[in-house]
Amino acid sequence: MTYHDLKANRREILTSVSAAGLTLSFAIAPKAGAQENVQTPLNAYVRVAPNGIVTVVAKNPELGQGVKTMLPMLIAEELDVAWENVRVEQALSDPKLYGRQFAGGSMATPLHWDELRRVGAVARAMLIQAAALAWNCPPSECSTTPGNVLHKASGKSRTYGSLALACATITPPDPRSLTLKDPKTYRIIGKPTPQYDVAKIVTGQPLFGIDVVRPGMLFATYQKAGVFGAKVASADVSGALAVKGVRKAFVVEGTADAMSPPGSLGQGLLPGVAVVADTWWAANKGRNKLNITWADHPTSSQSSKGFAAQAKALSAGKGQRTTRNDGDVDAALASAAKTVEASYFYPYLSHANLEPQNCTAEFKDGKLEIWAPTQNPEPGRQLCARTLGIKPEDITVHMVRGGGGFGRRLANDYMVEAAWIARETGTPVKLLWTREDDMQHDHYRPAGFHTFRGGVDAAGNLVALHDHFVTFGNGTAASNSAGMAAAEYPAQFVPNLRYEISMMPSGIPTGPLRAPGSNALAFVFQSFIDELAHAAKADPLAFQIKLLGDKPVVGTAPASYGAGRMVGVLKAVGEMSGWAGRGKLPKGEGMGVACYYSHMGYFAEVAHVAVAPDGAIKVKKVWVAADVGRQIINPHGALNQVQGSVLDGLSEALHQQITIDAGRVEQNNFTDYQLMRISEAPAVEVKFVITDFPPTGLGEPALPPAIPALTNAIFAATGKRIRSLPIQTDMLKA
Amino acid sequence: MAYTLNVNGKALSADVDGDTPLLWTLRDTLGILGPKYGCGVAACGACTVHVDGQPMRSCQIPTESVGKAKITTIEAMSANPVGKRVQAAWMELDVAQCGYCQAGQIMSATALLTKTPKPTDAQINEAMDGNICRCATYTRIRAAIKRASGQKEA
Repeated sequence: MTYHDLKANRREILTSVSAAGLTLSFAIAPKAGAQENVQTPLNAYVRVAPNGIVTVVAKNPELGQGVKTMLPMLIAEELDVAWENVRVEQALSDPKLYGRQFAGGSMATPLHWDELRRVGAVARAMLIQAAALAWNCPPSECSTTPGNVLHKASGKSRTYGSLALACATITPPDPRSLTLKDPKTYRIIGKPTPQYDVAKIVTGQPLFGIDVVRPGMLFATYQKAGVFGAKVASADVSGALAVKGVRKAFVVEGTADAMSPPGSLGQGLLPGVAVVADTWWAANKGRNKLNITWADHPTSSQSSKGFAAQAKALSAGKGQRTTRNDGDVDAALASAAKTVEASYFYPYLSHANLEPQNCTAEFKDGKLEIWAPTQNPEPGRQLCARTLGIKPEDITVHMVRGGGGFGRRLANDYMVEAAWIARETGTPVKLLWTREDDMQHDHYRPAGFHTFRGGVDAAGNLVALHDHFVTFGNGTAASNSAGMAAAEYPAQFVPNLRYEISMMPSGIPTGPLRAPGSNALAFVFQSFIDELAHAAKADPLAFQIKLLGDKPVVGTAPASYGAGRMVGVLKAVGEMSGWAGRGKLPKGEGMGVACYYSHMGYFAEVAHVAVAPDGAIKVKKVWVAADVGRQIINPHGALNQVQGSVLDGLSEALHQQITIDAGRVEQNNFTDYQLMRISEAPAVEVKFVITDFPPTGLGEPALPPAIPALTNAIFAATGKRIRSLPIQTDMLKA
Repeated sequence: MAYTLNVNGKALSADVDGDTPLLWTLRDTLGILGPKYGCGVAACGACTVHVDGQPMRSCQIPTESVGKAKITTIEAMSANPVGKRVQAAWMELDVAQCGYCQAGQIMSATALLTKTPKPTDAQINEAMDGNICRCATYTRIRAAIKRASGQKEA
């Protein structure tokens, strides 16, 4: 949404709404008796029916992060309508009307907090204007209660439903000219509000991408090479065609840009063989009868073991590049009272959305219609247009609810595959990947290797820190989500600090996984800081607070760091968790603390673990103190996101690892890529520390510190330092 | 060949190969979309249905083996007094995030509470450990089971 759209004259807005295919009625003067069904659009987001029911458009894709509820709450609050009278409708992908529509970076709150409240306020102002015209009074004499405009002086009142039609002739006011509500008067924002679709979810109604059904639809599977990007050398599809129900089986050449540059994904169409059938099971049976020879591909020489050996050799030398060099690290280490050296590793991870990648596509008369559980519809539309050689405006993208996003669905590889297969087939097609396809054709959280040296002085101050980070990339640019900012914490807080980076080329696709970068860097940096705290014989929590210092903000934007906010959450989590009493825990138990700033949110977490003599880990509880500003918009959703993020982080640390052999992923399914189950899930207690900053998002920032809080707790319990993930319980045996 | 299945109290006919997993017969042939595909190897529980009241992974049941067994899916849970209570608790506590696993979770929870009206935490773990929630809404799943069984939630 841009203000330009709102300022555009009303006719233009209505025309573009119509062009986007929304089901709207423009009957400005409806026939008598038809009024019950007429919804009058006040802008691209709000339609009002005569009975007072207000339809509010949810602009962004929903994948479980709660935006289909939270964003309309912002509009409804300022529009002043009762939430039970709001009907939420998912938008189409339409950047002209709605600006960027995506789910990523925990950005929905910071990007929309102000704008969508103003969308609601504009609609309310128009309704007031319409009432004022009818009553022949100045609008300033009118006010609203939910769903009604009032004129206090005369006692007159009109429902929104009765005023909506009259809004057609009213020019929307400049959104910036409007005064928004005093938060003390909020009726919707700040109230725990169940997800809009909760009733459909618990009764199993079709909501997800996998549930899309089109008339005459066929089902498709798509076999790609295990080695990323390998082409089909030859394929015998006769076995597949012999399976009952299989209609078509054909080779897809793919496009040259599908894996360009190496290690990227989602730029084009990967080669493979498609099987299309009356049912998905038949398509999958047919696919298992394919006889494919794959062409050689250079990535087949790559493996996790090979990467580890390269990383070890690189780590022993100087970094290929120095990205930051403050003070004199070597001199400071030489004169430090205590020094620590340690090497850390974290593996590739898969997103493992529970709903495997899928997409339904229909190609008819040169036009493409798509139903996709995507986090990023517009780049998907562009990708399909480029690959199929059609115009973007001839493509309609429906954003269907996704069974988990976590960053995986920012890429649209499944979308372009479905589009291509649908065009070749000539009927609507639902492409569904198997779980194995999904696990073996992800863009993975990149593995990484860090070699640290650190030093503390006699007073227990962290005076020197050196990290040599070995990651993937072409030497100049790191692979997707494999880089590290020069301002990575604790840069700006340690007087002598050097970050070096070295890169290994790789053909393994990498990409953003929930809290990209941070989900790995928090583990290594917060663990190493804990090591230094112990080396200094300091209380780890006090050591963290001391490191942050007493300035509220350190550095300048975009690298500014709200040290005061972080100290605030550290102190809060210390109190919540009873940190000071941790010395009384029984043998084999311990508490660990970690903090991390990401996605504009400040998080400090404490984990309490018990480690059995056989090494088995029981996470007993996690406490979270979070500072995401002055307002929690939907406490229900906010708490769910934080608790889920923490457990997601623990699940990664305890279980998850993708390994590569001969250029392909070795894991297949939840049998060899384990996710946390209910028996392992601890209670997670959350406190939102309210500060006077604009509200920010919660999809990601609770995850990163959960991992080092756990590993630091394991150290407290056992004296054993976890420097490699996932945690190997063998090394924790008493 | 054509199989007549008893699904949610109705006799439904499906012309499929006998080895077709019940999950796919339900979804693609009978249009019953509540049971979800997650793994195909009984590792995630998203496809859970009741077979004569027992929670089973429908991705592992060949259609030819169903016979006269009564199949119940999430779509019919509101007609089951325990299921209805479980659904209500799920709604009140707003358990779901993405929601993809929740039909399977509710099927497992309903079977648990039917057999064990007041489950302990250990019994909840045992009954629910086969159902993955990738969003990790486990805290609320446990609380909702406790609420549906009339027990204290934490």
